[in-house]
Amino acid sequence: MARKASTAKKAFVTLAAWSVGILICFPILWTILMSFKSEADAVKAPFAMLSSAWTLDSYAEVQERSIYGRYFMNSVVLSVGSTLMALVIAIPAAWSMAFVPGKRTKDLLMWMLSTKMMPAVGVLIPMYLMFRDAGLLDTQIGLLIILTLINLPIVVWMLYTYFKEIPVEILEASRMDGANMWSEIVHVLTPMAVPGIASTLLLNIILTWNEAFWTLQLTTSDAAPLTQFIAGFSSPQGLFYAKLSAASTMAIAPILILGWFSQKQLVRGLTFGAVK
Amino acid sequence: MATQQSRALARIMVSPAVILLFLWMIVPLMMTLYFSFLRYNLLTPGTSFAGFDNYYYFLTNPAFFAALINTLTLVLGVLVITVFGGVALALLLDLPFWGQGIVRIMVISPFFVMPTVAALVWKNFFFNPVNGMFAHLARNLGLKPYDFLAQAPLASIIGIVAWAWLPFSTLILLTALQSLDREQQEAAEMDGASWLSRFRYLTIPHLTRAITVVILIQTIFLLSVFAEILVTTNGGPGTATTNITFLVYAQSLLSYDVGGGSAGGIIAVVLANIVAIFLMRMIGKNLDA
Amino acid sequence: MGQITLKSVRKSFGEVDVIPSIDLQINDGEFVVFVGPSGCGKSTLLRLIAGLEDTTSGVIQIDGKDATDLPPAKRGLAMVFQSYALYPHMSVRKNIAFPLKMAGMDPEVAAKKVEAAAKVLNLGSYLDRKPGQLSGGQRQRVAIGRAIVREPAAFLFDEPLSNLDAALRVNMRQEISELHQSLKTTMIYVTHDQVEAMTMADKIVVLNAGRIEQVGSPLDLYHSPANIFVAGFIGSPKMNLVEGAEAAKHGATTIGIRPEHLDVGDTGNWIGTVGLSEHLGSDTFLKINVDSVGIINVRGDGDVKYRHGDRIALTPQMDKLHRFGADGKALT
Repeated sequence: MARKASTAKKAFVTLAAWSVGILICFPILWTILMSFKSEADAVKAPFAMLSSAWTLDSYAEVQERSIYGRYFMNSVVLSVGSTLMALVIAIPAAWSMAFVPGKRTKDLLMWMLSTKMMPAVGVLIPMYLMFRDAGLLDTQIGLLIILTLINLPIVVWMLYTYFKEIPVEILEASRMDGANMWSEIVHVLTPMAVPGIASTLLLNIILTWNEAFWTLQLTTSDAAPLTQFIAGFSSPQGLFYAKLSAASTMAIAPILILGWFSQKQLVRGLTFGAVK
Repeated sequence: MATQQSRALARIMVSPAVILLFLWMIVPLMMTLYFSFLRYNLLTPGTSFAGFDNYYYFLTNPAFFAALINTLTLVLGVLVITVFGGVALALLLDLPFWGQGIVRIMVISPFFVMPTVAALVWKNFFFNPVNGMFAHLARNLGLKPYDFLAQAPLASIIGIVAWAWLPFSTLILLTALQSLDREQQEAAEMDGASWLSRFRYLTIPHLTRAITVVILIQTIFLLSVFAEILVTTNGGPGTATTNITFLVYAQSLLSYDVGGGSAGGIIAVVLANIVAIFLMRMIGKNLDA
Repeated sequence: MGQITLKSVRKSFGEVDVIPSIDLQINDGEFVVFVGPSGCGKSTLLRLIAGLEDTTSGVIQIDGKDATDLPPAKRGLAMVFQSYALYPHMSVRKNIAFPLKMAGMDPEVAAKKVEAAAKVLNLGSYLDRKPGQLSGGQRQRVAIGRAIVREPAAFLFDEPLSNLDAALRVNMRQEISELHQSLKTTMIYVTHDQVEAMTMADKIVVLNAGRIEQVGSPLDLYHSPANIFVAGFIGSPKMNLVEGAEAAKHGATTIGIRPEHLDVGDTGNWIGTVGLSEHLGSDTFLKINVDSVGIINVRGDGDVKYRHGDRIALTPQMDKLHRFGADGKALT
């Protein structure tokens, strides 16, 4: 609408929107606040807790007691690693589907997406047993394989949509200009595809970081990422609120920040193009 | 644009993805199917053919029926909250106000919190009848604190999951709202349509497609909610918060019943397919990609 | 250099024969225009020559050598795309230098060629900008520059002016014609605009549904169209076509007379009422409902004063009357 909303209406809406916003992210805000308190203070009533002393003790405790660093590194390795592995497989696939489409291409894409809809419990047992027998339980390799497979459809899909947006004529122009396939990929396609690949990378890292089925089933300690580490707080001993807050804050902070920048990618990646 | 050379190359480039996904789909599933017909428990040695026994026991287990109801309740509950909440929020966020960017960030944050953190934060800092925020508030008001996870376990979990998925639905619906054809709205205004009419005849039909997508995508993920249940109630009290996914997990990895668990896994796959077909038929007409 | 021959070239997409069979000879240095309505196959034909599409059957020869199976890079041709297809992440300089880089040319020699091309096309001040920062006309010139710098056997233009506004189009049209005069290289130009075809071509190939309707110089096509399709396509406003009794009088199934070949006055062969009159000052266009003949369009001098509702008489210039048989072909 070209007409300006009245200032009063805007103020009212602002109040309403901010209230709703704060309410929704309140649990997160509260967690972050609590992470800077001592255990004793963390369990006090809200106002009492807020006005108590700020401290970094809980962060220190989390890092001392557990090998927090290892869990964090596992999360990083698993999310970045599986994303890179998926990209290596997906980039050629998406390339060929976008630029040399056949009659079956759309069907192929739909089939790939449908593999994501298979319930994980349907293959839980064989995967668990295979991993056990192959010595892959609680290993980074094992989990990398699974995480790559479950997100491969989304990675292929997202890359496909980005590649499709590259005008075919530009690639043809490069061919007329004498570029062979290799030159075409290196000098023309890749620079134009980099933003799309980066977006896909971002979204997939977020999705894998938060994956909470296979990471819980197939790891215990060595390859356990943060999802598993946090799950350990479900049967705690003694006071643990502040530590939980600190651990949670550290676990979600990277992804929260990445997530704020990938709203568009989220819509593209998870609605399979049905919403623009 | 496709010449013979590029076609052959294209086929090679697609193969790794296709082969891997094909194996991923077929091999484990076939194994599950195979196991489901065996009497196979990890604690006792040896296996033997069991026919359809595993299926029979799984389906007649009273826990199964409870799990089925719980699964559907969970999915429907979250869908209702996220669709209605999402539409409302999207409409709100579409209006002009100060600080839109920041509010948007606040609203989408829950989606990026890993399920285990979300569940434990709610369980301990809010639901806990001794130290949780709701308990403190209740005491301040002179009321007895409510033990959410003990007295209304499934509803509590629905709450947690809905909180995590509301941002997703809001984001999708907001994106759809912002792609509303402004010229169409202006034409309707010139034709004398009120805000309510425009909402009813232009906005809602446009949103229907996005709502359909939201329902479809969310259902797929909601059928397999797991982590939140694991870290809060472990399926309990009793089977109050056990869904199909959790039931199969419990049978497979807690009872070590490979045969029974496999049967459960197959049943879960069948149910997921039924839901998918049902959904596609019901709302497939809204999606002409 | 720049001689292209097509022999029985056929292109099908699945079941559909987009181009059933084409034989065509393009001589060195000619400016050939492929013209026709949308979907007639002119772009497809261009792309077959470029190598961007494979022929289903038939032979394409470039300078006497069989190029049918050669990839585009090896055919020595350069193409200017409708959307210009510039590399968005490269500067103008790098865009123009790209083909030379692909050919492995020494960077210093290449740089000189880029400067030369930029000078010819007035791009000197834009060399370090990216395509996104240029206007449509400027991008057009960069695309041409990228083609020139390769010194190809022939230039292929795929509707290069359709994305430009009218005034710019006239300018660029002339620039391209001047370029042809100075370079003297073969140019194959695809357009749906018959004005572009008439003004730029040495030879026009009129295509319809994948078939060549006629090949000839612009004036040949204007004065002696081989069939009704060409007669109606070339010339603006379109030739008036009359069937029925009036045509039978001249021994044909259909007769045609161009709007500019009708004399107007108070007496004449065809009497009618003026429906629409458009006075441009330089010309006058009249749409006349001629009794028992039908609608006839007339183009006259700026002095012609008839208006809507006036009775008017038309006389076709007999030596400019075209006669067509039942099969649509011209009768001699």
